[in-house]
Amino acid sequence: MSAVLERSEGVWHAAWRRFRGDRLGMVCSGVVAAFLLMIAASALGWVAGDWQREIGVSSAPPGFVGPRAVESSIATAVPRGPNADLSDVDPLAPRYKEWDERAAQFRSVEIHKLQTLPLGADRLGRDVLAKAVKGTEISVFVGLMAALVATFIGTLLGALSGFFGGRAGDLLEWLYNVFTSIPGILLIFAFAAVFGRGIGTVVLILGLTGWTGIYRLVRAEFIKHAVRDYVRAAQAIGASAMSRMFRHILPNVSHVVLVQLSILTVGFIKAEVILSYLGLGVPVDQVSWGTMLAEAQSELLLGHWWQLAAATLFMATFVTAFSLMTDALRDALDPKLRGLE
Amino acid sequence: MTPLLSIQELQVGFRMGKLPPVQAVRGISFDIDAHSTVALVGESGSGKSVTAMSIVDLLPDNAERRGRILYGGRDLTQAGAAEMRALRGREIACVFQDPMSSLNPVLPVGLQLCEPLRLHLKMSPRQARERAEALLAEVGMPEPKRRLDAYAHELSGGQQQRVMIAMALACEPKLLIADEPTTALDVTIQRQILELLAALKARHRMSLLFISHDLGVVGEIADRVVVMRHGQVREQGAVAQIFTAPQDAYTRALLACRPGLSGPPPARLRVIDEFLAGDDLAPQPPRAAKDPRSPVLLEVRALAKSFWLRQGLFGKREFKAVRGVSFRLRRGHTLGVVGESGSGKTTLGLTLLRLLEPSGGEVHLDGRDLLETGPLALRRRLQIVFQNPYASLNPRFSIGQTLVEPMAIHGIGAHRAEREQRARELLAKVGLDGSAFAKYPHEFSGGQRQRVAIARCLTLQPEVLVLDEAVSALDVSVQAQVLNLLRDLQDELGLAYVFISHDLGVVRFISDEVLVMKDGEVVEQADAAQILSAPTQDYTRRLLAAVPRGWRAPLTP
Repeated sequence: MSAVLERSEGVWHAAWRRFRGDRLGMVCSGVVAAFLLMIAASALGWVAGDWQREIGVSSAPPGFVGPRAVESSIATAVPRGPNADLSDVDPLAPRYKEWDERAAQFRSVEIHKLQTLPLGADRLGRDVLAKAVKGTEISVFVGLMAALVATFIGTLLGALSGFFGGRAGDLLEWLYNVFTSIPGILLIFAFAAVFGRGIGTVVLILGLTGWTGIYRLVRAEFIKHAVRDYVRAAQAIGASAMSRMFRHILPNVSHVVLVQLSILTVGFIKAEVILSYLGLGVPVDQVSWGTMLAEAQSELLLGHWWQLAAATLFMATFVTAFSLMTDALRDALDPKLRGLE
Repeated sequence: MTPLLSIQELQVGFRMGKLPPVQAVRGISFDIDAHSTVALVGESGSGKSVTAMSIVDLLPDNAERRGRILYGGRDLTQAGAAEMRALRGREIACVFQDPMSSLNPVLPVGLQLCEPLRLHLKMSPRQARERAEALLAEVGMPEPKRRLDAYAHELSGGQQQRVMIAMALACEPKLLIADEPTTALDVTIQRQILELLAALKARHRMSLLFISHDLGVVGEIADRVVVMRHGQVREQGAVAQIFTAPQDAYTRALLACRPGLSGPPPARLRVIDEFLAGDDLAPQPPRAAKDPRSPVLLEVRALAKSFWLRQGLFGKREFKAVRGVSFRLRRGHTLGVVGESGSGKTTLGLTLLRLLEPSGGEVHLDGRDLLETGPLALRRRLQIVFQNPYASLNPRFSIGQTLVEPMAIHGIGAHRAEREQRARELLAKVGLDGSAFAKYPHEFSGGQRQRVAIARCLTLQPEVLVLDEAVSALDVSVQAQVLNLLRDLQDELGLAYVFISHDLGVVRFISDEVLVMKDGEVVEQADAAQILSAPTQDYTRRLLAAVPRGWRAPLTP
């Protein structure tokens, strides 16, 4: 027997071929890949590592708008009363000289604050572009991790409930009903109050509250597939329940799981923004799109729109590209849309 | 006399992306005379349904039609959408294969019957309802007045098909297109529907275009037969001529490949390719008799399976799917199990393998009680092949993975390479070459997939194989190949088969003994030749009488 293995187009390879044919999907995955590269660079500290430095003047406008016109300061009226010895009023006056001498022993550098920055500066003079890049890292990380947690929980419980049904299914359905009967935001608040603040917490909160939708879908798919002939055939050759669930059925419903994963990612990125906006999100010493939007609220009153614009632009681009990529992925993976099969 | 409908040089292609269109129908011509039945016969993929659907322009959007379809002096390929709508249902009506999916499940059938009457004939609601009741009475529905308010799921398959026919008849069409109208039905129901169609055709003086894969059915109803293959007409002519003096090799092959109910069962079935290759049609030697003294392998006593249906809030009702079935199966022998749908045949097969837990009875394999041994040991000795080869293979597993998995579970073969070696040998044994090993199920045809499913069972070296309608979903030619393969494997490996089927011809070919089931009970059990030639039970006789036997020369006085 020849040792030559005849390779054939696998299911994944065929999916990739179909995906490649989708031009919009390819462009969007290019955009997503660019974002991921940026996130990697930021996580490694190559870019935006010094986002906390206050390099510009407070609320410096973006470069394309130009520096703010120097406001003509209204001179305060010169007091006209008689001259007085300050030391009569200020008990510290005699020591000013001593302090000046002490201060002269240290070198002091006058930091040159920039008047404009590429995308402007926030209230403290931090670069909005660097903040947006760093914020992307945190937001996308939170979104992806939370989606992974939710997908894992949802898939596992959905598979158990759909495959076994009966008592186990009833119990899990009851759990699902309890979770969905509580208003979502209330549930999030409850978890937030228990866990305290931090990135890990946000991931957990979103993961623990967001698994219900995918649970429902995976359960339905498992109910459908558990009685299919190929699963019966696997049982007939002696495959265990675990093997049937995760080796046989799961790859056949993976398109549902994958697509839900990406839909959840988009949803959780937006949810993180809301959480951070409400002050339940990432800690104060970190930045995300949500915290940027929260700051932008007060800045907008003063006409400083650039932080809002930058965060929105980044988020809209990423979320749109990601959603469209997901859509293309679904079309490529779903065997039902493939016509002959 | 001008024909009612004339199809001339019809070509239908399907656009698939950027590729050149796939030609499903390649230039066919035939006529349908007024008040006659024309049957389109062919295997799956022959283009027979596409031809019929292109008459009423019910093809998908990516289809392209060329040629001419002349009806009443008009060319239907040029007709506009509004014109076609006026024609459909009014002059040309359709009945489809699956009545359950053709009826709307959320509307009572009466309402669906009234719709074409009000749409095309502008009847008032009251008139339409009266007419609908008359139509149901005409198609032989018992208690038609009450059935008007019934929903599709409250009717049996045969009754649903009657409703579909009543709907098609509503506007008294000149041409009725019936696309495999009886394929999803039991033989006894099929017989009733065929008789109904013939009676209606005579009464309404309409024409019938009958589409089927089964020459037996066609021979009973058609006046003219058009045999199609690969989108081309192989032969057309009067039914008597097709059955008595077929001109084309393919027609002859179709007639010969089908295991029939007459004559001694041959040792092997003829395969269409052999015919087309021009092999001689020398009669096959009858099969050698089996050793009646071979040891009893499987003994089943009073096997029963019940399902509990919920009733009310807390109540349960017992539904006995299989009750008290007993039989003995000898090594190398085949037990055929026949019966109508719902008779418990499949449940019996699944219960034997303990894919469903039996509610009572005993199963002894080689003298050991199977219900007490562990399921894993049982799985090695009893295997099952399912009906639908498209559903029984995991689409995400390559053929190699599919075959290696059972060996890995049961520890057959020392290591991976040895198992793969064995898998390749088995593939060769079921008639597939080595290139199949790395392929995925979607790359194979139905017959090839069924071979893979059989190979998967053989990996465990079983002694008993349960074949649950294993050839029912296959085309006639492929069916013959798979049946021959099963026969060869039985001779070579001494397998015992439990062969479950609704097709009496197939059961007659492969079985030594036959079990007739009805409502979960065995009504008759005897030697295959005996049960088919001299049935003792009424039910068996009715089953046999209902089997379509093709065209028979009218008895001359």
